[in-house]
Parts: sequence; structure tokens; C-alpha cells
Amino acid sequence: MDLRLKALTKSIWVFHISAGSCNNCDIEILDCLTPRFDLERFGIQLVGSVRHADALLITGAMNRKSVPRMKKIYEQAPKPCVVIAVGQCALSRHMFRDSYNVCEPLDKILPVDLYIPGCPPKPEAMIDGIIKLVNKIKEVKK
Amino acid sequence: MSHKIIVPIGPYHPLQEEPEFFQLYCEGEKVVDIDIIIGYNHRGIEQLSEGKHYDQVAFLVERICGICSSSHPYAFVLAVEDLFGGEQKVVPERALYIRTIVDELQRIHSHLLWLGLAGHFIGYNTVWMWAWKYREPVLDMFEMTTGNRNSYAMFKIGGVRRDLKEEDGPILKKMLDEFVPALDLFRGAVMDDPVIQARLKGVGILTRQQAIDWCVVGPTARASGINIDVRRDEPYGVYNRVDWNVVVEKEGDIFAKTVARILEMYESVRIIRQCLDKIPKGEIDAQLRDVPVGEGIGRVEAPRGECFHYIKSDGTNRPVRHKIRAPSFMNVASNKVGAVGGSISDATITLAAVDPCYCCTERVAVINKADNQKVMNGWDLIKLSQEKTERLKKELKA
Amino acid sequence: MEISDKIKKRFNGRIFDWQENSNRRAYFSVKKEDIFEVAGYMFKDLGLRFSTASCTDLREGLEILYHFSNDPKGEFYSIRVMIEDKKNPQIDSLAPIFPGAEWIEREIWEMLGVKFINHPNLKRLLLADDWPQGEYPLRKKEN
Repeated sequence: MDLRLKALTKSIWVFHISAGSCNNCDIEILDCLTPRFDLERFGIQLVGSVRHADALLITGAMNRKSVPRMKKIYEQAPKPCVVIAVGQCALSRHMFRDSYNVCEPLDKILPVDLYIPGCPPKPEAMIDGIIKLVNKIKEVKK
Repeated sequence: MSHKIIVPIGPYHPLQEEPEFFQLYCEGEKVVDIDIIIGYNHRGIEQLSEGKHYDQVAFLVERICGICSSSHPYAFVLAVEDLFGGEQKVVPERALYIRTIVDELQRIHSHLLWLGLAGHFIGYNTVWMWAWKYREPVLDMFEMTTGNRNSYAMFKIGGVRRDLKEEDGPILKKMLDEFVPALDLFRGAVMDDPVIQARLKGVGILTRQQAIDWCVVGPTARASGINIDVRRDEPYGVYNRVDWNVVVEKEGDIFAKTVARILEMYESVRIIRQCLDKIPKGEIDAQLRDVPVGEGIGRVEAPRGECFHYIKSDGTNRPVRHKIRAPSFMNVASNKVGAVGGSISDATITLAAVDPCYCCTERVAVINKADNQKVMNGWDLIKLSQEKTERLKKELKA
Repeated sequence: MEISDKIKKRFNGRIFDWQENSNRRAYFSVKKEDIFEVAGYMFKDLGLRFSTASCTDLREGLEILYHFSNDPKGEFYSIRVMIEDKKNPQIDSLAPIFPGAEWIEREIWEMLGVKFINHPNLKRLLLADDWPQGEYPLRKKEN
């Protein structure tokens, strides 16, 4: 089917954005890359520039200063691009929903393909989520 | 001044997992000025806290920062217990020991995390992988004792939420026994490696006087020869009942900061071991009710320095004012003197050396491109830094 | 508390409401005109470490507490200053004495609208650039 979608299932390169998070999800994401969990065996890698990215990994409770930057980064990402919301804050703003500096939840701003709940989600949960996503893309392809 | 180059780093860049934005003003390779722009993590926690019940605030402050997620709740409960007459008077003995153990485990995990990231910045990805590999057993201990890897929810006003089980002690001790050889390995790898010495010695120096003027705290201050540590100066928990030392280094450069953190982990191991030996049986919660009117201050030595919480109570079930000052708030500001005068390839490690935590402090490079401004992203900078290490390696071999 | 005697002696009559909550905590009030001198004395001459400042919106006005720490003894001194004029609150900046006060004053300025006179770099620290002028998140609504 779509060659670009097929390429996406092979080795996902991920760009990580923290949009006002508490660091918990971020260090768990980095944890996925380190020896115990070793996401690179699936070809998944964190990249330094959004122009190389297949997926955006977004954590945190969308604050006023980071939302415009986040939108800009999404525009720069090559399409098709998967958006993954990691952690309770990105999903529903968690306990920060009443704050003056926090905007809408992520799926009101960008189209989200995968939600990984938890505060923070365990590395196992993240790996599981990404594998599910890959399988889903494969199904769409057929 | 016509050759001034502005190098923006951030806000989203691989240097740190959190967003922050540095603008380095450079002449040639030299950094002449720096502008720090933060606020990408600001969530308005101080205001949220004024609308929450005291018991709920403990969970809220835990989410200030995921790395020091025991320091903030600890400082908060200390501030409230200050209103009741002080932690040492009201909190049961066993709870004090459990608090100390959790706090020290957190210090180990945080310092290992920093060590790994620092290794990554100067081009030693092996250090990153190893440090984080040895960090996993510590997180396992957290999962075993508190139920979660990162947000522990251990602290409550008047005690702790969960008791240490009988079988936890031996497992914790075993973990520490296995951890110390790994720590020896790191100490050897950092202190004896000529390349790391060449990269870190004499770089990003914060002199004693500058450290005093910028009011820096924690390992950043202790590496500049300032002998402060809240654990000793205003003992909380059981720090006055166990035998340990404050690590002070004189040089003020990044090497001193690294060494200070590595040596501190040894002290943490010592403290936990003594706590496990001495921990008494008994209650873990004092069941404090009705927060009295007044003002309370809680100070905790977080892995990055003094963490300060101020509570003003009017006798209702919510704080009137809850001021939080995280250690990085003071330390990051001091980057202004640390990075200026160095070269760009040293900037990454200098900016990271204070172990900044922007989630604590607050909370995309959109730069107007003028003609003579060159835009580099953070990745280029890390590359520069890693290339320098490679170059030094070659020189040393030759 | 040795240092407290020194402060009381030096600023005799200009310090009021001295209050000690425990043997480690002391709070005292000064007039807002005196804060520059008192804080400078505590930082430069007594060698205390500036920990932070906290500002509270009270019914009577904006109350700023400057927290100083005497690390060798583990004592904590908080200077209380009340600014009655809520419409146009102003106070001397401490950043010219020690740069460590620069960020916290910027934060108080944007969160509660206190203007710090002689501050070297009074601009926004945390809030977004499009945050409305004159809107201060930590001011209480009902007052």
C-alpha cells in the first residue's frame, strides 16, 4: 500500500517534546533506551531533529508558552507523522487542569494516534503501546 | 563586535529532556554573554496549591519534578509540621527513619541520572548506558518499598503512608552491596580517565565569591568550597543520628562537581545502611489534624541543593500561600557566570553541570535571524562537544 | 541567637514585631524604605545566605518575606516588609547587592506586580509573552 506508511512500521525514529511536564515521563522515556529495556532492538531511536522524525512523543500539561512551539514543531515534522501522548498530563492535564497557565489537552491541539496513560507510565507500558501502534499501522496497510 | 554570533539552544533540543532556551552570544569560539529564557514548564503549581486541601498538596508538589519527587513533598510536610512545632517533636521515630531512607535512595538515583547524562554530553555514551543500568536496581527498590518507580507518594503530614516490610531490609542491603562495586567503577572511570580530566578540569569555573553572590546551593555550591548542607545544618529526619560527611571540593569546575556527586553517593549508601540497622519498630503516622494558624518553613537538601517551602496558614484546611523555591532556581541563574568566557564546545557540559531541573525551576528555537547570526541547534552543539572529546582522545594517544 | 542581637543592636528602633517561632526561626518586620540597608547588612556584613523571597497578597497589602539562612548555625531569618499600596506597589531591588535576587524579583514582579526599583533586568521570566498586561496570577481575586 502506501510506501511511506510501510516505512513507518520498520523503524520508528522518535522526537521527544516536553510541553510542561514534571520530568517523570521524560526520564522513563530515556529509560526505555537504556540496557534493561533497550528499545533500539525494535529500531526505535530518539533523534535530535524533528526533520528526521517519524513520531512525536509528547509529554506534559500543554502550557501557554510551549503550545505555540509544539505546533510549530508538528508543522516541521515530515508527514505521515505519528503523535504519541505519554502520561496522564498529556492525556487529560491531570491535576493541572485548573491552572492559569495550562491550555487544552493534547488531542484538542494535535491529532493523537496513541495514548499511553499513567503517572508516569512504566517503560513496559510504553513499549507495549508502540508495538500496538505498529501493528495497527500494518492493519491499515492491508 | 561585528563578528558576534548568536547560538540559540532550545527550547526543544536533545541536550536535556526538558525545554529551556539558552541564547549564547559568541565571538569566534568564545562565549561572551548568555541569555537564559525559561517558562516552558511553568504550570502554576503555587496557585493550584492554594486551592487544595493540605493532604492533596503533598501529591501536587510531588509532580513538580519527577527526579526529586521525594524532596518536594518532604519539604512541604516539614513546612506544615513546622506549624505543629517541628518534625522531630511530632513525627514517630520509625517514620523519620523511613523518610530518610527514601530521601537517600532518591539522591542515589538522581546523581546516577545526572552522571549518565553528563557522560552523554561529552561523548561518552557508555557512561550513560552504564549509569542508567545501575540506576535500575534503585528504581526496583523504590517499586518494592513505595509501590512506584518514580512518584512515591510516601510522605504525609505527620508521618509516612507506607511501612517498610520486614523482608525489605535485607533486600535493600543486598542491593547496596551490589551497588558499591559499580560505584567504584564509576569513580575509577571518572577520576582516572585523562580525557575526562582534560574535558572537565578548569572548565566552567564558579569561584567561591561568585557562588556566594549568586546564592547557589547544593553540590554546585559545595564544589566551589562553600560548606553548606541542610541535612547537617538544620537536621531533619535522622541525619543527626547517623554518621556521615559533607563532601566539599574547592576547585569549582565541572570536574569538582562531578566528583562531589560521586562521593555523595557513597555517603548516601552509608546513611541508608545505618538507618536499616537502627530502624525501630512502632507507629508510622502521628495523625495530625487541624493545621494551626501561622507560618512554617521547610527546608530539605534535595539532590540539587536546598529545596525551600513556605506555608502560610489561616487555620482553614487550605494554605493561604505556598511558596516553593527549588534549588535549580538559584543554580541555573549562575550559568550566566559559569558559561561566559568558555568555548562553545564546552557550553553543553557547563550548562548541564549544575544538574538543572527546569520542571523545578518553573516550571523551539524561534529566533529572528539577523544577517550575521548563525543558527545552530542543540544537536550540533552536542556534536561539537563530542568531537572535542574525540580530538583529545587522539591527542592523548599520539 | 548571636546574630539576632547584632541585628537588633544595629537597627535599633527600626525593627519591630520580632517573633521567634522556635530556636531556629526568626521573623521580623522592617519598613520598606529600610529593606535595602537591612538586607545589605545581613548579606554583606553578617555573611548570611539569601535563600529566597516570597510575596503574599493579603487584605492589608502585599507582604514580602526575604528569607536569609545562617548555615553554620542552621538558623533562618525572615524579614517581613509590607507594601500597603496595592495599586502601584514599589520597593527597592536587592539585585544590585547580590545577583542571586535577580530571578526571584522577576518572578514576584510578573506574578504579583511588585515593581522593583533599580532592578537591572526586570522582564518576564516564566509567563508567556502574550500574557495580558496587568493581570497577576497570584493576586487574590476577592480582595
